[in-house]
Amino acid sequence: MQYTFQFGQITRYLPDLLAGALISLEIAFVCFWGALLIGLLGAMALHFGGVWTRRVARAYVACFTNTPGLVQIYFIYFALPEFGILFSSLQAVIIGITLNAGGYLTLILKSGFLSVHRNELDAAEVMGMSRLQLVRYIIVPHIARVLFPPISNKFILMVLGTAVAGVFGVEDLMGRTINANAESFRAIELLSVTACLYVAMTILATLVLAAVSLLCFGRRRSSI
Amino acid sequence: MPHLEITNLDAAYKSQPVLSGVSLSVEKGEVVSLIGPSGSGKSTLLRVLVGLLPPRKGTVVLDGTPVDYSDQRSLRALRDRCAIVFQQFNLFRNMDVLRNVTIAPVKIKKRDRREVEAEAEALLAKVGLGDKLRAYPSELSGGQQQRVAIARALALRPEILLLDEVTSALDPELVQEVLDIIRLLVGEGMTMLVVSHEMGFVREVSSRVALMSAGAIVEIGSPAQIFDAPKTERAKDFVAKILRAH
Amino acid sequence: MWARLADEAPRFFTYYNGIFLLQAMGATLLLSLGGCLAGSFFGLLLVLLRKTKGALFLVPRALAWGFVEFFRRVPPLVVLLLAFFASNLVKMDVSLFLVALVALTFVATAFMAEIIRAGIEGVHPNQWDSAATMNFGYLRTMLTIILPQAWKIILPPAFSFFLLFVKDTAFASQLGTLELTYAGKVLTSRGFTAVLSYGSILVLYFALSYPLARFGAWLEDRLAPSGNH
Repeated sequence: MQYTFQFGQITRYLPDLLAGALISLEIAFVCFWGALLIGLLGAMALHFGGVWTRRVARAYVACFTNTPGLVQIYFIYFALPEFGILFSSLQAVIIGITLNAGGYLTLILKSGFLSVHRNELDAAEVMGMSRLQLVRYIIVPHIARVLFPPISNKFILMVLGTAVAGVFGVEDLMGRTINANAESFRAIELLSVTACLYVAMTILATLVLAAVSLLCFGRRRSSI
Repeated sequence: MPHLEITNLDAAYKSQPVLSGVSLSVEKGEVVSLIGPSGSGKSTLLRVLVGLLPPRKGTVVLDGTPVDYSDQRSLRALRDRCAIVFQQFNLFRNMDVLRNVTIAPVKIKKRDRREVEAEAEALLAKVGLGDKLRAYPSELSGGQQQRVAIARALALRPEILLLDEVTSALDPELVQEVLDIIRLLVGEGMTMLVVSHEMGFVREVSSRVALMSAGAIVEIGSPAQIFDAPKTERAKDFVAKILRAH
Repeated sequence: MWARLADEAPRFFTYYNGIFLLQAMGATLLLSLGGCLAGSFFGLLLVLLRKTKGALFLVPRALAWGFVEFFRRVPPLVVLLLAFFASNLVKMDVSLFLVALVALTFVATAFMAEIIRAGIEGVHPNQWDSAATMNFGYLRTMLTIILPQAWKIILPPAFSFFLLFVKDTAFASQLGTLELTYAGKVLTSRGFTAVLSYGSILVLYFALSYPLARFGAWLEDRLAPSGNH
């Protein structure tokens, strides 16, 4: 093995990679809120919806959680244009990650809906709350507390999941690593640095989420 | 020579002192009971003796041989001769009754399986569970589980038996069946160190009673002496409280 | 568009393409199962190291912890690419499938180690106490008492992880490992429309994953009520 590690050669890519890491975090952030909204709508559809609403929500969850996000984005990016629906690679990636995570968050939020105690709901109905008020004042605060740990874990997995963007030429951390490699051929050094940046990003996310949890619920709960 | 001699034993749990300067000597065939308010260190003393909590200082001498709790071989030799029965029974939940009793003699002491099984069946018959050999712990009542736990301890052929509040986790109607077994063992002359809240029982079976408070033994003597004529203020307090409770 | 699809369909749904896709699906299944089983094995070894006590095992314990924390926080794609370029250094002829399998095993090992550790910590600590006082050694306690009780806690989350892992194997396509996703890329490069090629890939992943997901839900239901043996 004559390979010598030359980390010196790749230091000049570091600012570039760091900027890419910021883009990865931004993608994760945008997709997360979109997915959370979808998850909330999906869980409400499963919980309160009529037969057909429930069927649609179930089909959505089944389709997006039983196929890889990577292939979903391939389909969005390469197949939809054949129907005249065109997205840029960044748009395709964001839509793909959001829809995919939306499926998982629907399942997570549904389990939160199920954990709302029946008598809490009855009490709320006695107080004359409308369905919307029920969601706003009873269900959302409750599931926020119960579901904070699984949702934060999902967010951290989503940070890692944004690496898929690099496959489509987006200039996120993964994409910039691939570009830098094409230029320098120091793949192992570059990928090691990239790996460490992902570790740093997720640790940062863990710490921020722990702080949020501490502020909102007074206790650290996230596990990853 | 005392069977078990504890001198000046100190222990701490998470830097919180739980035993301070405990000294106690137990003769062969003696039954010594430890009583005292909860949190006074009775159960901790038993846990330290079997090496579940390392002592900070002090000595334990078993049959003339000092025990070194930081040395695995010494610890193993000690556990070979001392068996403990826990408040929560701690039966292995993935094994049936017979296997709970036989696994250590067969696998650890390397004794002949058939001989051990015959002995285990006899022991289980003695504790009144001869018909439950194939039952799992979850299928038994608390009293039955505790009797299995006693049989399991006896199958190790210990010289000293430590009983840690063995009736505290049981429903009141199940307490007697376990106490009856222990009475039987007392009759056979086994050396025992007993932590119990069953004061009538303690008074009946003990050779001596030690009253603990705040991690130390405050008074020790015959049952009559401790219960009828306590000398220290703490002992008087404690006895008065139990009398009021009964 | 619909006309083009109708036109292309007979050329797409051929015996040859069918066999090609089924083989690719087999590779995906093999990567998933192989990675997960190997990951469970190595994950268990890491947990056995991590649950040791005493100064003697301090270094292995720290290494096991570091391995788990690192590989849970790196995207599978990065691990796969690292394994790919590392395998180029070793001038041995290793198949891309093997490279992908090894890389995915690293990922599975880290996640399975966490799942197994949680399961072991779910067994009541008093089981350790009574084993210790009966002179059971560490490994014997683990293997004969703790693990036989922990598997019920471990199985449902392990199966959930397996389901996620099946989808993670799609990233092996970026090395050129022939599995389902790569088969989709091959078909588009042969000139089939992306709708048909990626569409059928999605359908095949679904066919693989959906029954497993239903089985997982059933499994969780079965193991949820606390039977004790």
